[in-house]
Formats: sequence, C-alpha cells, structure tokens
Amino acid sequence: MATARLQLMLCGGTGCQASGSREFHAALEEEIKKQGLKDEIKIIETGCNGFCALGPVMLVQPEGIFYQQLKPEHAPLLVEEHFLKGRPVEKLLYVEPASKETIPTMNEIPFFAHQKFWVMKNKGAIDPESIDEYIARDGYFGMAKALTEMRPEEIIQEVRDSGLRGRGGAGFPAGLKWQFASKAESDIKYVLCNADEGDPGAFMDRSILEADPHAVLEGMIIAAKAINASQGYIYCRTEYPLAIERLNLAIKKAREYGLLGEDILDTGFNFDIDIYQGAGAFVCGEETALMRSIEGKRGMPRPRPPFPANKGLWERPSVLNNVETLANIGQIILNGAEWFASVGTESSKGTKVFALSGDINNIGLVEVPMGITLRQMIYDIGGGIPKKRKFKAVQLGGPSGGCVPEQYLDTSVDYEEIARVGAIMGSGGVIIMDEKTCMVDMARFFMDFIQDESCGKCVPCREGTRRLLEILNKICGGEGEPGDIEDLEELSAVIKESSLCGLGQTAPNPVLSTLRYFKDEYLAHVYEKRCPAKKCAALLKFWVDPDKCKKCGLCYKACPVGAISWQKKEPAYIDQSKCIQCLSCYEACRFGAIE
Amino acid sequence: MAKLEHPDITSDMIPRIDEVINTHKDTAGAVIPVLRECQDIVGYLPVELIDYISIGLNLPKSDVLGVATFYSLFSLTPKGRHIVRVCLGTACYVKGGKEIMNRIRKTYGLDEGETSEDRRFTLEAVRCLGACGLAPVMVVGQDTHGGVTPDRVINILEQYE
Repeated sequence: MATARLQLMLCGGTGCQASGSREFHAALEEEIKKQGLKDEIKIIETGCNGFCALGPVMLVQPEGIFYQQLKPEHAPLLVEEHFLKGRPVEKLLYVEPASKETIPTMNEIPFFAHQKFWVMKNKGAIDPESIDEYIARDGYFGMAKALTEMRPEEIIQEVRDSGLRGRGGAGFPAGLKWQFASKAESDIKYVLCNADEGDPGAFMDRSILEADPHAVLEGMIIAAKAINASQGYIYCRTEYPLAIERLNLAIKKAREYGLLGEDILDTGFNFDIDIYQGAGAFVCGEETALMRSIEGKRGMPRPRPPFPANKGLWERPSVLNNVETLANIGQIILNGAEWFASVGTESSKGTKVFALSGDINNIGLVEVPMGITLRQMIYDIGGGIPKKRKFKAVQLGGPSGGCVPEQYLDTSVDYEEIARVGAIMGSGGVIIMDEKTCMVDMARFFMDFIQDESCGKCVPCREGTRRLLEILNKICGGEGEPGDIEDLEELSAVIKESSLCGLGQTAPNPVLSTLRYFKDEYLAHVYEKRCPAKKCAALLKFWVDPDKCKKCGLCYKACPVGAISWQKKEPAYIDQSKCIQCLSCYEACRFGAIE
Repeated sequence: MAKLEHPDITSDMIPRIDEVINTHKDTAGAVIPVLRECQDIVGYLPVELIDYISIGLNLPKSDVLGVATFYSLFSLTPKGRHIVRVCLGTACYVKGGKEIMNRIRKTYGLDEGETSEDRRFTLEAVRCLGACGLAPVMVVGQDTHGGVTPDRVINILEQYE
C-alpha cells in the first residue's frame, strides 16, 4: 500500500469511545470516501491518547495538528477545509482555558509539553492492533537483544542497575525480585503480569494495554528469559474488555511472528502467554491472592514467607510484575540501565504514569519524570482547579494511600518523599479535590470500599474496617460523640499492625492521613455538628441570606419537594421541616445566597 | 451425567453448558472460566447449575459455591434485561456519583444489587470502570454514558425497555 499523505490518529481508548469516537470514525470514513481521498488519507484507531476529558481526540500526522471534542457532524468540515484545502479548522482546536489562546499542535499544548513519554511513547502514535507498527518503533528489539546477546544474569543486572521499582505501588526493586526467582530451583517457573488494576481512580494500566499491548508482552518475555520460565499469565480484570481483546490479538500476532511460543527467534527458548480474566475482587491485586485466583480458588492472600519467588503459582517460583513495570523493560534492555537511570531522583528512577481525575481541568493520563513536584503536575500539566475553586487536597495511591494538603504540594514524585508526607506513590491514581470535598466523607468512602472488598480471612481487616466504617458513618450522620476520633486512631493502629496482607495493613491510611491534616473537620463534625464542606447531608441546614438574594427564583424552581417559598421581588425562604438537604437549591443559586 | 432441570435453563442451553464443562474439564483451576461462560449462557448461576458444574468438573460442591460467592462477577439470583452499573469509584464519587445512584433508587424503587420485578433493570454499584475522564459514569449493558447528571439519568434509562 502506498504511503498515505495524511494519517489521522483517532483515539479509540475507552474514554473516547464512550464520548462517541466510533460514531465519528464512521462519519469521517464515509466523508473521505465521498471525496475520493481514500488512498491519500488513512484513519488509524489508536489506544488511549491520555487527554480523556476532551474526547474524542484526533491527531493529524505528519502535521501534528490536534483536534478535540469531535462529533460526526464535524467530518465534512474537516475533510473540506483541512484535508482538501489545508486550512486547519480553528473551532475544533484546543483552547488553553487560562489564556484563551488557541493551540493547534499537540506538542505545544501544556498538557503534553511537560510530560515525558517513555512507557507511553507509542500511545496514539501506532495502531495497537498492528505488530508491524510496534516493531517499526524499535519494538521487540530489546527482547531480541536479551535473547540473543545476553545471559540471564546480565539481564537481571541491567534491570537492577536501572533502578526500576515496582509500579504497582509498593516500589520493590524489579531486578531484585527477578534475582530471587532466578535462584529458586525448579523445572517449572512462571512470569505473571498483574493487570488487575483495582484502585478506584486509576486507569494507567488499562490505557497501556489498550495503546501498546506488545510492550507488555515484550517485558514478560525478557523476564521469562531472566528467570528461565516457560509459561506466563496476564491476570486482567474483567471490567476491561477492550484491553483483553487487544491483548488476545497481540498474543496471536506475536505467535505468528515467532516471538512467542516454541524456539523464539531460533534461540531454542520457549515461552508462551495466556490471559486469565479476573472476576471482580479487589483483593486479587495482592500477589498471593492473584495466584490463588488463577488456581481457581477464592482469591484470598496467604502469609508470606514463603515468597512467590520461591513458592508462587501452583507452588512454583513465580515473578509477578505490574503492567507499567513490564512496559518499561524492553526499553531498559535496548537503551541500557544508564539511560533509564539518567532521569529521576536518587531512589526513584525513570518516569511514572499517573491518572489525573477529580476536580481538575485536564482530566487524563500523564507520564512525568520522577522528581517533578506534585504542584507542577497539578497546575502545569493538569491545568489547575476548575470553577475558580480552591485546591484542598490530592489523594494518591487509592484506598491504600493518603491525602496531601496544599502545604506539601512541593513534594516531589519519589517513593520515599511521598511516603514522608503520609501518602504512597501507589499505582498512579491521582484524585484532586477542591474545597467542596468533605474529608471525613472521603475517609468514609474509602472505608466503605475497603470493608466491602476485604476478603474476610483475617479478623483485624474484616471486623476492624467494618467498625471504622460504623464510626465514620456515625460522624457523617451527625451522631458523632466525644471519644469517636480517639477510637478511630486506636483501631487504625491495630488494623495496620495485625492484618495479614497489604490490603489490611494499608486500609486505615485514608483515615489516618485525613486525621493528620484535616482534624479540624472531624472536630467540626463531632463537636459542632457542622460539615464545613457542606457535603454531609445530615449536618446541613440551609437558609437564604436575604442580603445576597437577588430574588431570581432559581432556587424555588430547583427544589424538588416544595420547601422553598418565593414570590417576585421577595427573597426566598426555606421551610426547614420540608427540606430534604438535597443541595439542589444550593447548586442552583448563582449568587452564593444559600448557606 | 447428572440431569439439569431448572425453569430458567432451556433445553438448548444444556448442550452449550456441557460443551463449556467438557472443554475445561482437564485444565486445573478452570472453575472461574467455567462459571463465567455458564453465566453468560444462562444469565446467572442457579444453585442447580452450580451442582451440575461441580459434578462435571469433579470438584466438591463447596469449592464451586465458594468461588461463585467470592467474586462479584457471579450472581446466584436472576438479573434484569439491562444491567445498570453506576460507578462509585473515587473520581465519580467526587463528581457526584452518589447523587446519580440515589436518583435511580428513588425513581425505580430499587436498591443496590436488586432487580426490578419485571426484570427490566438490575442496579449495581461498581468501583471504578477506569473511565474517570468521563466522571460520573454509568454503564447500561454495554453502553457507557459519561458526564451523567441526576436529571439526565432517568431520561437515559427510559430509552432501555
């Protein structure tokens, strides 16, 4: 096929598909055909581009023009103006919210300009369903080097020297893990990929699998060579159907190309990969639970030691790495440990992918060099907080993590630095919360999640998290009593000390970190029966400030239960006995007259 | 082989169930895929079906039931024609997922995990669908709806019969 004049890299990630990229794709294809441009212009459906909030997004190559929020009706305009006449369609370009400036090319948009694309170097640049395009961008070169030129101990040394640490959250050195497994004696060993991305607010692994599945396979093959394994499994959560589909296709293609299966690249090395779908249990992200689940049992963790490097899946030595960790491996082998270690801080090397979400302008997926500050990530890349509201806290690491308040925003992205301020690097979920978020309610939310997902094997986690939730429910429900906060602290300490696995040991973190930085909010709930963020319905009493009221009647129209009386030219009045604290009037008022 | 009789399992389903069991019979750890595929055929997992699977895979019934009750994917009760999954992950929660959930509950008189009597909807809460960019998110069957508001949610649901 002749090279196309223009390549349209249309995002087909989950986010953009839900915003209608499939419909736009069909309309665009139709229009291109109508104009007879089929041989000149090629549409390529890529994996997640990262800028999910603006979806569907499309990058026009080689020009680098970036279009956003595309709808099927835009197709004729795009083809006519841009693809035929060469004039980019201004109204579909990106507008910087702060300066109102239109930025036509992707590389100049601040969201992308401050990032460093290593793990995500292929995202949006290749067709994830084409192995040839992956190979064309140096794909499988690292694997070829590892298989043909390197001995297993050299591979392990390279990964150790690079300083790569587990991207799933705990940050254990990847090379060291491999070394343990390589030394374990057994004729059968396994390489496992943890794609059971369970933390709410984290979608990095899904995006990597959707955008660049071969990078994960390449990492697994290299790991297999390093520890001498012959079988691999990818444990992927069932909520990610597109990722599973693309992985299946990638495995099939890799087998056809002789990159998986028997006698890979004629080196005599055998390794194959199967996908194992999870069935919806958060605890299966824990390594021993994940292995139990592959064995077809209830996914419950077991005490360690023995560690999986010695006794893992089916009691055989196993290495389990996270998706993002594995996606780094190919490039480390190809470019060398020194290259990788040149970016980052003393103890944290390379880049980290984060999923920005919550109250932030640029929701999406970002990859930043280690060592960048949280402030840079939230303001320079994330574009700050919408609706002119104030930043309150950023939550890192999901249910096992913690909140970081304003005064620590200059903390750098580094495993130890983040731990020092009471959060964890975690898998990469970053949820930004503005002043309207109640931190007690947030702690309650995470505890609700944890107690639901606790597998029930050990008592501190099963019973303790439930008691924590009860106390938090009581406080949010306006029934907090003196002593409750102390109980939370004591119970948290016990759960942390005595739980069996990582889930329980980190379960009290959301409570502890909010208590550490936002104790005044807990005190207001318990002693003053007041929710400062106006979130806990049971603690709210609404009234209209007659001085601020513009007598517009918007609140009157918004009230679903008729609790507001209002007449033209008269300020509104709320009947407390009818009010259901639904916040409708509070949201509807444009003048801040309802408090 | 044992006999499988249940009002929700029609005669054309049985050969398909048998095929699933036979394909996986000799693989270790096959319970989860078998349960998944059988649930896809029947819609849920009646206890009679779990018995049948345990005999087919030659496993204690307690093992199969234990797995079926551990994972949230499996349901031992019938599901509605449309499964409504409201995301209550952190990002959606911050953006008002709880209000969406409350509106659905009130409108259809359904609680989390319940199915309406006409088997039209099953309401479920999920913990993050990984589409945080579109928060708050609701998935009906295979369709993802992003940026849902309490006012819009009922209009969306009314399109599903």
